[in-house]
Amino acid sequence: MIDILQFAFFQHALVAGVLISVACGIIGAYVVVKKIALISGGISHSAFGGIGLGYLFGFDPILGALVFSLASALAIGVASRKGGEHEDTLIATMWATGMALGILFVSLAPGYAPDLFTYLFGNILFIPESDLLLMLALDLLIIGVVYLFYNELLAVTFDEEFASIMNIPVQRISLLLLCLTALTVVMLIRAVGVILVIALLTLPAAIGRQHSTRLLRIMGIAIVLGILFTFAGMWLSYLLSVPSGASIILISAACYAASTLYVRRKHHRTGSPIR
Amino acid sequence: MTDPIIHLEDVWFSFNGTPALEGVSLDIYERDFLGIIGPNGGGKTTLLKLILGLLAPDRGMIRIMGEPPERHRTDIGYVPQYRTFDFGYPISVIEVVLMGRLGHIHSPFRKYSLEDRKIAEECLAMMDIADIADRQVDQLSGGQQQKVILARALATEPRVLLLDEPTNQVDVRTEVHFFEILRQLHEDMAIVLVTHDIGAVSVYVDRIACLNRRLFVHDSGEITEDVLAETYQCPVELIAHGVPHRVLKEHDREESP
Repeated sequence: MIDILQFAFFQHALVAGVLISVACGIIGAYVVVKKIALISGGISHSAFGGIGLGYLFGFDPILGALVFSLASALAIGVASRKGGEHEDTLIATMWATGMALGILFVSLAPGYAPDLFTYLFGNILFIPESDLLLMLALDLLIIGVVYLFYNELLAVTFDEEFASIMNIPVQRISLLLLCLTALTVVMLIRAVGVILVIALLTLPAAIGRQHSTRLLRIMGIAIVLGILFTFAGMWLSYLLSVPSGASIILISAACYAASTLYVRRKHHRTGSPIR
Repeated sequence: MTDPIIHLEDVWFSFNGTPALEGVSLDIYERDFLGIIGPNGGGKTTLLKLILGLLAPDRGMIRIMGEPPERHRTDIGYVPQYRTFDFGYPISVIEVVLMGRLGHIHSPFRKYSLEDRKIAEECLAMMDIADIADRQVDQLSGGQQQKVILARALATEPRVLLLDEPTNQVDVRTEVHFFEILRQLHEDMAIVLVTHDIGAVSVYVDRIACLNRRLFVHDSGEITEDVLAETYQCPVELIAHGVPHRVLKEHDREESP
């Protein structure tokens, strides 16, 4: 374990794990309390369309993912507010259409798509230094926006109707949250890939939710757990020569299951409410 | 007489073609204590949402202090009937009550001042729940939760308090206590109480209005059988023993949903 710490790629991966967990913990807490995990899944899968477009036209696929995830976040935000289509149908459509577009674009792209598997299932051990700077910038942006709009986000995620009466721009704040979710999703694609994003985004915060009744504390717990899960996943990946993305997700899921059992037992003993 | 705080003139509203309100006109003045009664599906909640600008009328005019609802609705304290939020949300009592201040903060990023915090704490004290300020809302009893919602409405420092079936979820003892609180609040603000609890209305209100798509305003708090029959459009019995009183009606036609 000590030997691999000397490798630059591993040091990068550790830094990436911390940077990802910060965004993931903050935004994941909102995703869990506002129950928009499925929307996040739709956003991440539609990002694959942008990745395919990057392959087709020869630009950085992550840029394509960024544009597609932001566009799908805005589309679902506006459409679900207008009411027309059923929201779950809309999410499912976006989810599958994004994947279909991605596959189509990749098949049309000349030659062979080298890291396609990486975008689908992630690989935190292959993150270039330039991406770390981008992640740092996104972290600072997310922290800044959440700090400035903390009360607005709290009001809108807690009670939209009352927030409207208080003349808070509910639609704009909801779209802001979805866009922050889209940015976080793009960061996570590097680590766990479009297919597994939804789990890393929600599981640390969901565990935090089981052990705290304060939003800020849930964020804190989720950040720490995110770091632990990514580090443990990387270590397991190195030790057993298995994919890092899958290891991170399986460790997160196992901890979530253990936490749920623990909370239920405690509930049985003390009669305290299950959240 | 002074200008009304809330003014509705010939307001019509329908849900997907089903009429909910027809030609409703209403003025609410400073120091009013108006009770609005009517059957379920009669449009009571819809009327309050129109006043708050959460719904837009098909036609007619709604004004708060002479202007469209959006401008002055932050001066109205609203106590909704159904919990429009999830009580499992990780939020403390004081954080909920502070939200009543958001409408009065005009800086681009709404941060609470010491003054806001003081007002929120006063509202908790007024509702006698200062001791649970830091508790999470899902750890409270139904009566305590209702007091939190009322405290949030009061934190807006309202000129009018709109209450939609405020005692639906609480026991009789809490209900009596709740109406006593309203009686005290009435010294400082107008109150509009939407309810189907006719007993409570007749004891506390100054004026009564009956709503069943159309609104009939009566300038006294007394409820006669004629008034009820007119509203419910069917024979009504006033049950006169025990509290709370309930109106039992015979259905002579399908109620609209």
